[in-house]
Amino acid sequence: MSTNTDKPATLLGWVDARFPLMSLWNDHLAKYYAPKNFNFWYYFGALSLVVFVIQVLTGIFLVMNYKPDAASAFGSVEYIMRDVEWGWLIRYLHSTGASAFFIVIYLHMTRALLYGSYKQPRELVWILGMCLYLALMAEAFMGYLLPWGQMSFWGAQVIISLFGAIPVIGGTLAEWIRGDYVVSDITLNRFFSLHVIALPFAIAGLVFLHIIALHEVGSNNPDGVDIKKKKDENGKPLDGIAFHPYYTVKDLVGLTVFLMLFSAVVFFGPEMGGYFLEANNFIPANPMSTPQHIAPVWYFTPYYSILRANTINFLWIDAKVWGVVFMGLGVLSFFFLPWLDRSPVRSIRYRGGLYKTALTVFIICFLILGYLGVQPPTETKTLVAQVCTVIYFLFFLLMPIYTKLDKTKPVPERVTM
Amino acid sequence: MRSLLATILLAAFTQFAVASEGGLKLQNANVNLSDQASLQRGAKMFVNYCVSCHSAQYMRYNRVAADLGIPEDVMKANLMFTTDKVGEPMLIAMRPDDGQAWFGVTPPDLSVVARSRGADWLYSYLNGFYLDPKRVSGVNNLYFPNAAMPHVLWELQGLKRAVFESEKTHDGATVEVFEKFETVRPGTLSEVDYQRATRDLVSFLVYVGEPAKLVRYALGIKVIGFLFIFFLAAYALKKEYWKDVH
Amino acid sequence: MRDDAVDPRRRRFLTGTTVVIGGIGAAFTAVPFVSSFQPSARAKAIGAPVEVDISKLESGQRLVQKWRGKPVWVVRRTPEMIETLKSFDPATLRDANSEKSEQPEYAKNAWRSEKPEYLVLVGICTHLGCSPSYLPQAGAPEVGSTWQGGFFCPCHGSKFDLAGRVFDGVPAPSNMVVPPYQFLSDTKIMVGEDKGAAA
Repeated sequence: MSTNTDKPATLLGWVDARFPLMSLWNDHLAKYYAPKNFNFWYYFGALSLVVFVIQVLTGIFLVMNYKPDAASAFGSVEYIMRDVEWGWLIRYLHSTGASAFFIVIYLHMTRALLYGSYKQPRELVWILGMCLYLALMAEAFMGYLLPWGQMSFWGAQVIISLFGAIPVIGGTLAEWIRGDYVVSDITLNRFFSLHVIALPFAIAGLVFLHIIALHEVGSNNPDGVDIKKKKDENGKPLDGIAFHPYYTVKDLVGLTVFLMLFSAVVFFGPEMGGYFLEANNFIPANPMSTPQHIAPVWYFTPYYSILRANTINFLWIDAKVWGVVFMGLGVLSFFFLPWLDRSPVRSIRYRGGLYKTALTVFIICFLILGYLGVQPPTETKTLVAQVCTVIYFLFFLLMPIYTKLDKTKPVPERVTM
Repeated sequence: MRSLLATILLAAFTQFAVASEGGLKLQNANVNLSDQASLQRGAKMFVNYCVSCHSAQYMRYNRVAADLGIPEDVMKANLMFTTDKVGEPMLIAMRPDDGQAWFGVTPPDLSVVARSRGADWLYSYLNGFYLDPKRVSGVNNLYFPNAAMPHVLWELQGLKRAVFESEKTHDGATVEVFEKFETVRPGTLSEVDYQRATRDLVSFLVYVGEPAKLVRYALGIKVIGFLFIFFLAAYALKKEYWKDVH
Repeated sequence: MRDDAVDPRRRRFLTGTTVVIGGIGAAFTAVPFVSSFQPSARAKAIGAPVEVDISKLESGQRLVQKWRGKPVWVVRRTPEMIETLKSFDPATLRDANSEKSEQPEYAKNAWRSEKPEYLVLVGICTHLGCSPSYLPQAGAPEVGSTWQGGFFCPCHGSKFDLAGRVFDGVPAPSNMVVPPYQFLSDTKIMVGEDKGAAA
């Protein structure tokens, strides 16, 4: 514990004598040594933090003018779009930000699959990340109800009904979530509270834990090499570089490119062909009339496909219930990756053909399931969804086997640039 | 990996076909929001033909005046009812219950109809009315079967009859397929002029659906331009520091 | 390690350039957020000028109209009241010439209005915001025998004359506010907007 006399007689020194400012700065930025071979896939962690800040900032300003009341919600969004100075821009930043958040997170998770970032000793980083993924999905779901359009209403109605499919407790549970017999003003108000207060706090807390857990064990890298094994006489990893200034400056470039793409969407195509802002959501919610084609927003569609693919009443359980079960398992399967993966090697660069094939097929299936989720179901499409669902689960179920059998290549001692 | 993702996303977007409910192909509205004269004509049409039944409750008169280059006194004289105030939105006097009683359904508010239905649908709809003695209004619409709305613009377009052909589908059923329109009685506008008038009206509705559309493209160019300049600076900075790293 | 030595000048220059451009960008980004606080189109519409019909206003009467959530008074002064104003002792007033109070140019005169017959005031005491009572009779009992007519605020006893000018020795610091207004005709006043520009 340092005493006051150690610190310089500046403002910074005064603060540092009372708060671990410099040691935090060093531990997490100036002397946090990250591997020097980070590539494209490593931008997305920092970018997700930026998108979170964008969502909170724009969210704060939206709440200043939004009314969480079934009679005025839709109108208040149009009020923001027209009457509030620059309201349209704040709204588009928030709606684009929601989709951008998921694009960034999916790419961030792909990095983990490519380079084995979930493997020992980073299992907790992965689990916290998965909790963040769940929290983000809940946050997006709650947020989507708020504009109170047709898609908002009916999407919420359908998804909450899924909970109703759970045997015995389902009906009561669905009613408890809604606070009413159908999705109503009461549901809207509580989703507003959860979306604006509860979940953002939970997400912020989880982000903090996620980064602390990461910094405790150090970052992985595209070669999967443990850089802490080779250190110089000062204890600095030979293949490590200080996060600040090297990665702060590199992430700034990445951020700029991201903002250019983000701005292109915000200013030239915020609706994104109906995928970011759905056409039906410009019709005020009408409990008496269901739109022809209800689909969840694009980022939920892979799981929605898995849900719909379940068409068989198996044993004494309804297909509907199996759908909910498999949809849930589809998300939860990711939690177990650190223990399903038996490969001695982290990075895909040194894995054999079995894993490379499995991962490629898995990603293609995930994308196909996503695409099918926005389409109205047909016999052929349902069949394809069923095949993809099976492949999806086999990726996880067979992983202990094929990762163990896989022919790996020798992992280098030092990172490759 | 990235190109695969891009390919699949591109395929998904192009699949988003512009088909109406009946599978009938929509006509192109060819809206041009930079044509202020067109928007002004559209505003005039909207006020003269639509506002008696359809409100645009989120669109204020003074905003239309400012965005479309119409002086406020001209607006008040020509495009507003005397009882309306220029800062107020475009509301109607008809009560929802009356609308329900007279038409079977309350005429919907049109503020964001261009965003839910799309410009092409609206344009096709306005050009898709034909005589149908079975309907109370005397007309039906190709793109909105059994619509409750009468053909408000019939004096301009005239009246048409729809000719259907019987066709057999691949599983043996017989369907009526639309073949062409036949003019029964011409209107005050020629075919081309009516199309232009409806285009003006649809353009106005697209503007009403999103007034910010008039400004966001130009602003976007400036923002991305600025970000590009910042990119050059940030990239030079990155390159300089990364000379340290091997 | 590096091939060439670190050039600190180049690093400072590039860092400086990036920070400056970034700072400009941040400032531009702040504009929409800060601007969104300004009164929205709805606020402006609700706060729009109001037309006041004075055709039924009798001599000596006051009518009250709401504008921007506040009471606006139109008082039709009698010829006697206008005479009283002319002979008012300026020493009893805190700001007889309306140097320190808020009124449009055309109301910076002895009767604080465009036409002497009609007084337009925002009916709020300049002390702490109560709405004063209208006491036009001379010698009204609430205020005493020397009262020549005017407005009396019951909250803390501030007194104003028939032109809304504040008396000396009362809590209110300045004359009552005259809003912008114009005569659309002899029977209509538009409060909130004058011939110069909208309020």
